[in-house]
Amino acid sequence: MNNLTKGNKFEWETVIGLEVHAQIKSNSKLFSSSSTKFGSNPNSQVSLVDAAMPGMLPVINEFCIKQAVKTGLGLNAQINNFSIFDRKNYFYADLPQGYQISQYKDPIVGKGEINIDFKDGKSKKIRIIRLHLEQDAGKSLHDQNPQKTYVDLNRSGVALMEIVSEPDLSSSEEAALYISKLRSILMYLDTCDGNMQEGSLRADVNISVKKPNDKLGTRCEIKNLNSIKFIKQAIDFEVKRQINVLEEGGTIEQNTLLFDTQTGKTRPMRSKEEAHDYRYFPDPDLLPLELSNEFIDEIKNEIPELPDQRKKRYAGDYKLSNYDSSVLTSEKSVSDFFDKVIDHHNNLKKDAKLIVNWITSELFALLKKNEIDISNSPVSADNLGKLIQLIKSDKISGKIAKEVFEEMFESKKSPEDIVQEKGLIQVSDTKKIENIVEVVLNSNQDKVKEYKSGKEKLLGFFVGQAMKESKGKANPKILNDLLVKKLKQ
Amino acid sequence: MEFNSINETINKLRNKKISLKELSEIFIKRIIKHKDLNAFIYFNEELINNQVNKIKKLDDNLPLKGIPLGIKDLFCTQNMPTTAGSKILNNFKPTYESFVTKKLLNSGALFLGKTNLDEFAMGSSTTTSFFGNTINPVSKKNDLVPGGSSGGSAAAVAAKLCLGATGTDTGGSIRQPASFCGIVGMKPTYGLCSRWGIIAFSSSLDQAGIFANNVEDTSILMREISGYDANDSTSANVKIPDYFKNLKTDIKDKVIGIPKEYSLSEIPDEINNMWEKAIKIFEKGGAKIKYISLPHTKYALPTYYIIAPAEASSNLARYDGVKYGFRSKKNVSLDEMYEETRSEGFGKEVKRRILIGTYVLSAGYYDAYYLKAQKVRKLISNDFKETFKECDIILTPTTPSAAFRIGEKEDDPIKMYLNDIFTVPASLAGLPGISIPFGHTRENLPLGVQLLSKHFDEQNILNAAYFLEKNYE
Repeated sequence: MNNLTKGNKFEWETVIGLEVHAQIKSNSKLFSSSSTKFGSNPNSQVSLVDAAMPGMLPVINEFCIKQAVKTGLGLNAQINNFSIFDRKNYFYADLPQGYQISQYKDPIVGKGEINIDFKDGKSKKIRIIRLHLEQDAGKSLHDQNPQKTYVDLNRSGVALMEIVSEPDLSSSEEAALYISKLRSILMYLDTCDGNMQEGSLRADVNISVKKPNDKLGTRCEIKNLNSIKFIKQAIDFEVKRQINVLEEGGTIEQNTLLFDTQTGKTRPMRSKEEAHDYRYFPDPDLLPLELSNEFIDEIKNEIPELPDQRKKRYAGDYKLSNYDSSVLTSEKSVSDFFDKVIDHHNNLKKDAKLIVNWITSELFALLKKNEIDISNSPVSADNLGKLIQLIKSDKISGKIAKEVFEEMFESKKSPEDIVQEKGLIQVSDTKKIENIVEVVLNSNQDKVKEYKSGKEKLLGFFVGQAMKESKGKANPKILNDLLVKKLKQ
Repeated sequence: MEFNSINETINKLRNKKISLKELSEIFIKRIIKHKDLNAFIYFNEELINNQVNKIKKLDDNLPLKGIPLGIKDLFCTQNMPTTAGSKILNNFKPTYESFVTKKLLNSGALFLGKTNLDEFAMGSSTTTSFFGNTINPVSKKNDLVPGGSSGGSAAAVAAKLCLGATGTDTGGSIRQPASFCGIVGMKPTYGLCSRWGIIAFSSSLDQAGIFANNVEDTSILMREISGYDANDSTSANVKIPDYFKNLKTDIKDKVIGIPKEYSLSEIPDEINNMWEKAIKIFEKGGAKIKYISLPHTKYALPTYYIIAPAEASSNLARYDGVKYGFRSKKNVSLDEMYEETRSEGFGKEVKRRILIGTYVLSAGYYDAYYLKAQKVRKLISNDFKETFKECDIILTPTTPSAAFRIGEKEDDPIKMYLNDIFTVPASLAGLPGISIPFGHTRENLPLGVQLLSKHFDEQNILNAAYFLEKNYE
């Protein structure tokens, strides 16, 4: 894909690689039994190990290992039977041990890949270099007191997966698609809750620009971006900044940058001269991690259907378009909802497109308006299926169905009950409709004349009047046919 | 009444020849009388009396009920401050009890106090402690070091201020002071006792162990402190035999290996003579003597002095003045606070080792030092592995000299480090080792021999030590 950015003088290629920090979904931390619950009182979830008290030792949490392996398998990656925990040494107030336990030379997961999907139906393979385990640091709170910094160690020791991509991304758009897809896979696997606002998923973005056919340029790293919107903004700003510098004859200095969400600009965090020497070495408190093939195979059996497989299934079984499938599968909860509709109503398989439309238009609109997640939708998948059954069997019209749907959302009642209570069953009795048509034509003689003299557009007017007369219950197809027939008489 | 051994004291207590209270008072008096040795850096009579009242109510069959012990101040203890002999942890009070001391308490032991040590267990003389040096009780003019780093424990046991004591051994910190003070000191296989709650110096080498006046007592205490701990990932899940019950002096047909690399020209004759004598006694007892080779021995000391400081530089990073312990009073920025706190809080030897450790792990030096040292460590381990295919026990002197004078090697760290030359190889290989007193120098200073065996073969060296102890002439 050749995404070129026009500068003032030249055209430029952008090269982007992402390091994503995904918090492992686990009740306890990577090396201690403290809780990982978000939003608890500061320093209420800190064990002796997390606070680095003298003589305390880390013990690996097996569940976190399983989660990392599961994630690796979900990324089609190599799982390493042998990996090592290293210490990354640096001083900071919210790093109690004075080192972070991480994996450096021998990570638990090696090379993998994921596909990103474009709106036009094309897709692109993005290579993953590695996934490694590490512990999170605590949090420094600088805004509580003008003179003091407070430290909250609740996050200290929480398990993170750092997932590093090759620099295969060439635009902010692709970076956004990549992180969305990665997030989606993690959520399907249930290895990360994907909550970017709470910091469960954060990205460091490496960016450089170059002229086509030139060697790679010097890169800068933007740290700690916690929303897809900011990732796009930060990349767009940084690409422009680098192009400007280069076109004005300057050079890019390798730098670590912060993105200011207020101004939308990047600024240097520290320069290369201050770069840390982390003095990585194997943590002598922890034995190398050795995973048997049986252990890995057992986890393989737990891997659920992932977005790409689901998409394939939707295209094959339900003949859904690539776009519709992508929309459904990008959020696991949405596609679960869709699957449930069909689970309950097997005969609607051939009407999958209709289900998609109801989910992505009516349901999404009301959910968004009421700020409800689809997993808590007041309209159950079964009830949505029932509603569509009513439409398919001509019991109610599409228009009435929308009314019924709103009522379902309000009251959580089944569509049959609502239709029953309100007497909304569609009138398909030709006699009854004929009577209505008569009434409408008789009271609009002048319009009938106009119609007959060639103003056929007026058919819509007659349909509207007749519908109104039937309180919306008339079968629109029968009504239409009868009207045309009568007007031609 | 004399109280020289644990085994005998247990019987006296059980037969009501003496009460717990009376026993504790005897030792309190001894400690007060020998205060000048500076063996204990924490000692609180009231705390001892409280403990005695608690222990009284415990089951009479507890294996160590009422036995007075000293605890190296590297073990975190809930009721006594834990300092590692450092200003940076001056007055630090843990809210938790180390695995080893908890086991001892559960067995009914009475803790008399915390014993002195080289700061963060870094030293061979117990002169680097923030709380002053400890004096070797064998010295007539109070002028000899007890060895180190567990010098307080060794001195306390040698002066009979307690019946046994805990120590830790990273490169010789139990065996060397045991030899200097004329008592028994044992470091078991790496992983036999949990490191949980022991302030870390060098995690891949640190190992808890025991000081006692004889092999029987050593085997009793070893049995009590050993065992698997799920909270220490390097803890070994092996069955612990009753070392005491299994003790026997029969060494017939055991093959005793004598490594030629330990025969150094710089070693005084009296050490070599003692070694010869031990060989002869083994031969007389029916053991077979085999001269063996451990070809990488000469690299052990430099390897140790890369790996241990490297790990220490990282292990000691947590003492930063932020969370607990000493913080510099100077009002400065965060980075300067680290500098000031650590400059003021750590002593000279600790700083030296942090600097060495930081250096050998630095980008550009890592491969040449740390990585190479790890490779050599493997070679040293393999030496032992090969050797133990042809012998059961290795016999060496414990130290290249007897106790030296306080201040003697202070200006020359290399000379000081040479103290560990015979103890360090087994540490690097994680092997169990014991030092038992064996003769004296012309100046009547105690000497010791060291017995080593393969991993988890503690019983084997305890038996051999038992034999040597019983057959010393």
